[in-house]
Amino acid sequence: MISNLPKDQEFLLPASTGFIVFSLFVAVMLNWLPWYGWALALRPDFVALVLLYWCTHKPHRVGIGIAWLVGIFADVADASLFGQHALAYTVLAFGGIVLHRRVQMFDLRQQSLHVFPMLLLSYAAYAAVHWQVRGYVAWEYFLGSAVSALLWMPMTILLQALRRPRRDPNEL
Amino acid sequence: MDDTRTLRFFNRGPSPAARLVFFCLLSLLLLFVDARYQYLESARKVLAVVIYPFQRLTALPGETVGRIAVYFEMQNQLQTENAKLRQQHDADAAQLAQLNAIRAEDTQLRTLQELKQRVDYPMQMAEIAYVERDIFKRKLFVDKGSQANVLPGQVVMDDMGVVGQVTRVYPWLSEVTLVTDKDHAVPIQVLRNGLRAVVFGSGDISEMSLRYMPVSADIAEGDVLVTSGIDGTYPPNLPVAKVLKIERDPAYPFARIICTPLAGVDRHRALLIVSGLPQLPEHPAASETSAESERLNKRLKRRKQ
Repeated sequence: MISNLPKDQEFLLPASTGFIVFSLFVAVMLNWLPWYGWALALRPDFVALVLLYWCTHKPHRVGIGIAWLVGIFADVADASLFGQHALAYTVLAFGGIVLHRRVQMFDLRQQSLHVFPMLLLSYAAYAAVHWQVRGYVAWEYFLGSAVSALLWMPMTILLQALRRPRRDPNEL
Repeated sequence: MDDTRTLRFFNRGPSPAARLVFFCLLSLLLLFVDARYQYLESARKVLAVVIYPFQRLTALPGETVGRIAVYFEMQNQLQTENAKLRQQHDADAAQLAQLNAIRAEDTQLRTLQELKQRVDYPMQMAEIAYVERDIFKRKLFVDKGSQANVLPGQVVMDDMGVVGQVTRVYPWLSEVTLVTDKDHAVPIQVLRNGLRAVVFGSGDISEMSLRYMPVSADIAEGDVLVTSGIDGTYPPNLPVAKVLKIERDPAYPFARIICTPLAGVDRHRALLIVSGLPQLPEHPAASETSAESERLNKRLKRRKQ
């Protein structure tokens, strides 16, 4: 009961548009870092994580349209087909918005278990397009969704901490 | 709380399901157009220019670390490297002298035989801007683009051999598909006996495969594969790969041949873009087979009667 009270309020924390844009921008930059070898296979999709965070926490601010737009930019940067990332992020954002009330009821660990199938679905959408166009699937690609789900907890804690209003030092 | 603003009895706009359907259809349409046609290339170029500075920004930490590492490299390390390079240079110079003699002879023989002359290809240096972050593809981006007259289809190599091919050109960047990419094929010849074949990428960074080679094909482990230059895309005689392992199983019609690329596909920072390939004579138009043309002639004659 005691632990529930602050958690409910966490979802009501204000989020400025500037902060949402900034967090998405940082996620995109993290995704664009050069990754090699095994790190490439295990690479978490930071953009998907941050999009999912905003879709579950502020579903009226960040929705499917924004997810799609971010996906288009990801497509250009990754030289993938136009619409490939966009499709994956659209599916992800839809999952986040539909389940946002449900996700809010759970604590962080249980949230990760909700996040994982959503991420898996979005990864599957991306891989399915690739399979349709090129005719094969690299299975180690799906490892990334598990790593992303593991990162849900630290990332949520970090973003919540950044969103919490700073105490005024001149306050009495 | 800014949420009070959005707290309404009715949802704004279309429902999430409607939005999902709309954006999914839009994505699928874009996918279809992009996979089949070339209409979206200009839009891609514009967006690529917009995000170019940010992409360079992400590559910056790695570059800085690399530069600092070079700065602190030990003197004796540099000395050994210098000595090694000097030795290599001497050996190369001796070989180059021989090569010049052989080239002169080759030119003379080709003149006598009235064959086309070999040419030297202009090359330009390019640095790897960043490596593809998609596990499905073996691609990288180099920092020369259409501003430096790079064209799609040009060959990219390093000092050891062919690295890949330019597949897409942006104003200041170009995308290089590595020879190890699963969709990439290079027409080659076995250096030892001139056997022609095509080597395919495997999607793995250090593996390529020779497909459709009969079990009895004259190919051995350690054979070097060089470009044949037959298609006019690759200049001839550039080293591509070395045969690593051969499995001849009589149960299958083809031998399983695994090769490894000679070029440091995943190692270097600087690469060479080869340009100015000689124009091959025009490809003859694909005509119908003689049997078909005869049948056509007969039909035409019958009509005339």
